[in-house]
Amino acid sequence: MSTNGALLEVTDLTKHFPIKQGLLFDRTVGHVKAVDGVSFQIAEGETLGLVGESGSGKSTTGYCVLQLLKPTSGSVRFMGRELTELGREDLRRMRREMQIVFQDPYASLDPRMTVGDIVSEPLVVHGVGSRRARRETVRGLLEVVGFNPEYTNRYPHEFSGGQRQRIGIARALALNPKLIVCDEPVSALDVSIQAQILNLLKDLQRDFGLTYLFIAHDLAVVRAISDRIAVMNQGRLVEVGPAAEVYSSPQDEYTRALLAAVPVPDPRKMKERKEERRRVAHVLAEAAEEAALADE
Amino acid sequence: MALLEVKNLHTHFFTREGVVRAVDGVDFELERGRTLGIVGESGCGKSVTALSIMGLIPKPPAKIVEGQVLFEGRDLTELDEGELEDVRGRHIAMIFQDPMTSLNPTLKIGTQLTETLRRHLGMSKDAARKRAIELLEEVHIPNAAARLDDYPHRYSGGMRQRVMIAGAIACNPKLLIADEPSTALDVTVQARILDLLEELRKAHDMAMILITHDMGVVAEAADEVAVMYAGQLVERAGVQDLFDRPEHPYTEALLGALPHVDEEHVRESRLTTIPGRPPNLVDPPEACRFGPRCPYASLNDSCTQVEPQLRELRKGHWVRSAHPASERAGVPAEVGA
Ligand SMILES: Nc1ncnc2c1ncn2[C@@H]1O[C@H](COP(=O)(O)OP(=O)(O)O)[C@@H](O)[C@H]1O
Ligand SMILES: Nc1ncnc2c1ncn2[C@@H]1O[C@H](COP(=O)(O)OP(=O)(O)O)[C@@H](O)[C@H]1O
Ligand SMILES: [Mg+2]
Ligand SMILES: [Mg+2]
Repeated sequence: MSTNGALLEVTDLTKHFPIKQGLLFDRTVGHVKAVDGVSFQIAEGETLGLVGESGSGKSTTGYCVLQLLKPTSGSVRFMGRELTELGREDLRRMRREMQIVFQDPYASLDPRMTVGDIVSEPLVVHGVGSRRARRETVRGLLEVVGFNPEYTNRYPHEFSGGQRQRIGIARALALNPKLIVCDEPVSALDVSIQAQILNLLKDLQRDFGLTYLFIAHDLAVVRAISDRIAVMNQGRLVEVGPAAEVYSSPQDEYTRALLAAVPVPDPRKMKERKEERRRVAHVLAEAAEEAALADE
Repeated sequence: MALLEVKNLHTHFFTREGVVRAVDGVDFELERGRTLGIVGESGCGKSVTALSIMGLIPKPPAKIVEGQVLFEGRDLTELDEGELEDVRGRHIAMIFQDPMTSLNPTLKIGTQLTETLRRHLGMSKDAARKRAIELLEEVHIPNAAARLDDYPHRYSGGMRQRVMIAGAIACNPKLLIADEPSTALDVTVQARILDLLEELRKAHDMAMILITHDMGVVAEAADEVAVMYAGQLVERAGVQDLFDRPEHPYTEALLGALPHVDEEHVRESRLTTIPGRPPNLVDPPEACRFGPRCPYASLNDSCTQVEPQLRELRKGHWVRSAHPASERAGVPAEVGA
């Protein structure tokens, strides 16, 4: 663990993507500062919700934490080790402890692999258990996530979005990780299925002591699972705090704009929310796009 | 007379796997200038309902097997393609979830808008151009005259949806059908699109059908609400009454499953879920379609025997269920988690 007991400690993280132009030879003409100096910590067993408009840098932050993307600069300390300095072999070992669940259960599962192969793949890659033991593990994992273990020989396309997301979660759990980055795991699902998956993630956290970095653009969903909230705007965190505080008294205008945008299933609140929305809309990405068009 | 009256609509798909009863009992009326929200989970028949109204269902495999779509008293299901084309151009317009499917990426925005105007309203080139600029201004696209020469890919999703909306209102339709117009967008952009639609609806005195899977969107934008489940309209009411006193067990469950942004203890509690999944529409349950998932259906009562009909429980509040909430009053709710 790090000195202050956090499982994950991210400091001054940046990730810049080159903007390339040119016909024959790509020339770098500038950089997108997708992540631009981000710092946060997550304690063991805690959920940090990461919210922001699309393009604000949430996924890039998640990928940099897992070292799926190499950060441009900054530090990622996980279980007391500096991930950005690890060699391939050490990193491979650390990967067992951190997994990811993606938004789109359709795109993220290999359509040519059976459910059983998908879930057992991480075990095979890390050489865990015999063939037989792995089969048992897979059955157990599927049971844990509420997916019928009889269906291990079927293919992902035979299942609905919610069922596929369960397959993705079982796979993420296979190596018994400490940290799971959930990148918009319920954004593509219908409300009732979304509720089932959120409940599942909560149960798994309680039962296995999991730590989540939970990324989503829907602030209502994020609130349902997060202890603390980090709000991201254009590559930077504009506000980090306990969920109750961020939601009841947002300090940053951008946070207020995000909150005001969420539709609330209560017709009586409509009017006041629309007024608040108008007051704060100028900080959102679309306002920037409008301003750019107006300047041409 | 209501502007639009949909009566006992049944639209089926005749496929190799069998007859898909995509829309199987939808009834509603829409008055001039009002907004009806149609809400339900994916696959429940919202889009097919809209396409049936517009005469845009793919035939074959689809066919309206029963029912009427009365627009200003005229049954649209009996019109030929030419007459329908005229209705679509001038009286009813539709916008879709993904603006890129309806915007041509190879044509300038100005060209796309002026084409619509010239075809449906027989405007001259200059007049159409002038009107196109006005339309872009109406949907708050800055520097509109310069924008006519832009291609759609320049824009973000929200800005493209505004261009689509400009095209849809070009002919001053009396009815605008918006099928999940904001679903693919960020919530922040969604809010702006909904506000824009509301503004235009008022300015043009249009009626609107707003299709969504999001109860929050309905609460914000609709005057009346129709809830659909497995091809059927299961509840219909004024928006306030629906949210104050939902009657159908499915509507209640849907509202219960929704996480609330202003609820303090959601982190510690579990969300309510609906057990099971919606039925296959080739072979739906014979009596009540929600029966197998309904916490109030018991085997020895009517739920598995008799198909519930839409009935008016109180003024303006219609429900298709043998166990609406107000008739269960006093009965302890044995809702499963
Ligand atoms: N591989 C990449 N190459 C270039 N730019 C990228 C790449 N990935 C993301 N970006 C850019 O970085 C910014 C942040 O993207 P992302 O992290 O995906 O945001 P979010 O997940 O919040 O929607 C965006 O401007 C995006 O276009
Ligand atoms: N071309 C088609 N062939 C067969 N079934 C279809 C076709 N289009 C839609 N359906 C079926 O009709 C039902 C209703 O679909 P739709 O109206 O698109 O749902 P929604 O818009 O509510 O998500 C679904 O069960 C779907 O599978
Ligand atoms: Mg993302
Ligand atoms: Mg649809």
